[in-house]
Amino acid sequence: MDPMDAIKQTYFQECDELLASLEEGLLSLEAGEADSDTINAVFRAVHSVKGGAGAFGFQAMVGFAHVFETTLDAMRSGKLDPDPEVVKLMLRAADVLADHVAAAKGEGTVDEARGHAMADELAALVAPEGGAPRTSATPASPAHDEDGGDEWGFKPLKFGDDEPAAASAGWRLVMRPTKAMYAKGHDALLFLRELSRLGPTATTLDTSWLPNLEGLDPEESYCTWTVELPAETPEVAIRDIFDFVGDDCPIELTLSGANVVEPPAATPAAPIDIDALLNSVRTPTAEREALEGGAEKPAAAATPAADKGASKNVPAPAGAGATIRVDLERVDRMIDLVGELVINQAMLQQRVMESGAARSSTIAMGLDELEQLTREIQDSVMAIRAQPVKSVFQRMPRLVREAAGATGKQVRLVMEGEGTEVDKTVIERLSDPITHMLRNAIDHGLESTEERVASGKQEEGTVRLAALHRSGRIVIEVSDDGKGINRPKVREIAVKKGLIAPDASLTDEEIDNLIFLPGFSTATTISNLSGRGVGMDVVKRSIQALGGRITISSIPGKGSTFTLSLPLTLAVLDGMVVSVGEQTLVAPLTTIIETLRPKPEEVRRLGPRGAVLAVRGSHVPLIDIGVALGQRSEPIDPTQGVVLLVESEVGGRAALVADEIQGQRQVVIKSLEANFQRVEGVAAATILGDGRVALILDVDAVVEKMFSDRRDAAPLAKAS
Amino acid sequence: MSKTILTIDDSRMMREMLLMVLQGAGFNVVQAEDGVEGLEALARSTPDVIITDINMPRMDGYGVIEGVRQDPRYRATPILVLSTESSPEKKQRARNAGATGWIVKPFQADTLLDVVRRVSA
Repeated sequence: MDPMDAIKQTYFQECDELLASLEEGLLSLEAGEADSDTINAVFRAVHSVKGGAGAFGFQAMVGFAHVFETTLDAMRSGKLDPDPEVVKLMLRAADVLADHVAAAKGEGTVDEARGHAMADELAALVAPEGGAPRTSATPASPAHDEDGGDEWGFKPLKFGDDEPAAASAGWRLVMRPTKAMYAKGHDALLFLRELSRLGPTATTLDTSWLPNLEGLDPEESYCTWTVELPAETPEVAIRDIFDFVGDDCPIELTLSGANVVEPPAATPAAPIDIDALLNSVRTPTAEREALEGGAEKPAAAATPAADKGASKNVPAPAGAGATIRVDLERVDRMIDLVGELVINQAMLQQRVMESGAARSSTIAMGLDELEQLTREIQDSVMAIRAQPVKSVFQRMPRLVREAAGATGKQVRLVMEGEGTEVDKTVIERLSDPITHMLRNAIDHGLESTEERVASGKQEEGTVRLAALHRSGRIVIEVSDDGKGINRPKVREIAVKKGLIAPDASLTDEEIDNLIFLPGFSTATTISNLSGRGVGMDVVKRSIQALGGRITISSIPGKGSTFTLSLPLTLAVLDGMVVSVGEQTLVAPLTTIIETLRPKPEEVRRLGPRGAVLAVRGSHVPLIDIGVALGQRSEPIDPTQGVVLLVESEVGGRAALVADEIQGQRQVVIKSLEANFQRVEGVAAATILGDGRVALILDVDAVVEKMFSDRRDAAPLAKAS
Repeated sequence: MSKTILTIDDSRMMREMLLMVLQGAGFNVVQAEDGVEGLEALARSTPDVIITDINMPRMDGYGVIEGVRQDPRYRATPILVLSTESSPEKKQRARNAGATGWIVKPFQADTLLDVVRRVSA
């Protein structure tokens, strides 16, 4: 990659971080935690985005960021109070800035009208005395002046055109360095050298102020120089050289009529040498060395410490809590390799056991240690990829603001557990479901402001987004304090759409679950928000595809909670290894409640093929795994096999019948879709210690298939 | 023996950009992410030129300049300010603190190298 492109990528990454901290800072200002650190951080974020934007020529972004920055600067200096209205405006401005960044990445466009309106609003905040807002859309041009020569940033002094420009005339420059100039790292020699670059110079040194040695202050400045330059030298160029040094080195510049230009070689050599010697007594180190060594010798070369070779290409110093950035591909590759290592280790162990080595043999003990280490490596590698869900959560305030704006509702978003860590692969896929659930909560869950007031609630609705770890899974909860699910209406719609029979008797929970049925939508008019073609059924499917589940709980008048639970990683799985006929299968441990060997009296026949199992007073359907996967046509006798009592999302509990249990182990998940094709009832595959491929059971799919088969037979629909 | 330049900037992008330009021109580059780190870096390496940003967390550029000038070893080391700002007051403040030069961001590679070479003799 072109180095500039690489830097641009870094810039965009940095922008994402800066925008996140900008939003975070503004949100804490909104929450009334206005301290100067926060305001400074917010200011710096916009400032840095602007700086980089300028470097890559994103002019529109520079323009907007500049106005934003100006307003923030006013806040920083206390001229503007961070009251709620101002902060709200800034949050929206941050969104516009984010749009600019996205546009620069080529991932979107900026709504220019919105940007300009926003810039005007921002500018109006700092020009409150009724004056016209500052020209907002024009990009600030902090960079160079027209002549392009002003890298020091000062505006060059311009002389009028009526300046006499006699060809024979020359410039006469007197420079009188002060002590202060040397104290700031300047060096008179360097000015002389710069001047000589402009053309042939004649330099005279005036040492008449130099005291006797005993009266000499080594840090005082005693010398002045007079330099003569050709008249055609642009005055601006001369003045530029002394631009930043300012009053520390006053200069007198005059254009004289009678000037004899002498080549530099004509500079009297002998006096300079003596003076240089004297200089060496009175000037600071760097200059002395420069003078001794001549112009071309690097000044600091003689500084002893500079010889330490250790400083070569020193990377960014590691601060507290040092982090490194690693390409995700490398981590993924490592995870793959560790997965192979785990499989390989298991195979090796099996071979050794098969070869008859005693458990106490050194080989077997070495292998045990290897197993331990492999497991630790795997855990450590997985931890590298674990990330807090913050990266997803931090996109949500904006979404909520926009959703609130589109529906005209007042919404407060409360986020909890942003630090909850989960594997990167899972994080990437959390965004869409959360987005949809939040939109849904605002659009359908919360009432309008009038309705809320009428029912005695706070005008502002609250939507809560929380993440937490629960029994080896990550749980995301989206709850609102709205009206709850309107069950009679849901039921009515489901009947009207033919999703359930009119006389079906459903529990509240089953009615709530109707909204996950394909083609169900409770909104009577397709609103701006939820009518984007994605129903809750799609959300549910995508979550199930990740091995997750989604549940609803709702209290009329109080609100609803959607709970989403996902595995922490998509790379490994704790599973129960079972035999079904000739096949070895793995059932995810998280779905299994218990395993048991049923007694004959617990198995009840139901119809010609169906059967249920009585477990502690309730009956659960028996499903033969072999039949469900099409391996055999007749189910085995459940009392001869083992039963895995599973909790499925689709139909509650079910009893899966397998031939026997081999054991419990962690397996590395290999995608079946990527390596073969999708198979119904199978979530993925893995490679076992003996090198055989084992399929990982998709418990929900197996249970769902059983229900849909039975639904075909009986008209009573089961809410799934 | 190539010169060592300490770059102090909180923006990773800016640091990388400086690194690319300066290393490409044969300088050794030492990086620091903020003012505090910048001053700490003085103990480990001996820069010939210091390039610092103004707006940084923990310690800003003015603090850096003052800190550097207080260190007897760096009283005469050129310090260049690299900032998006260009107001005369800020420049004056930097100059008063002891800055040697001021470069406005965004910078051109040639301009930067020219200024660095100019101050580093």
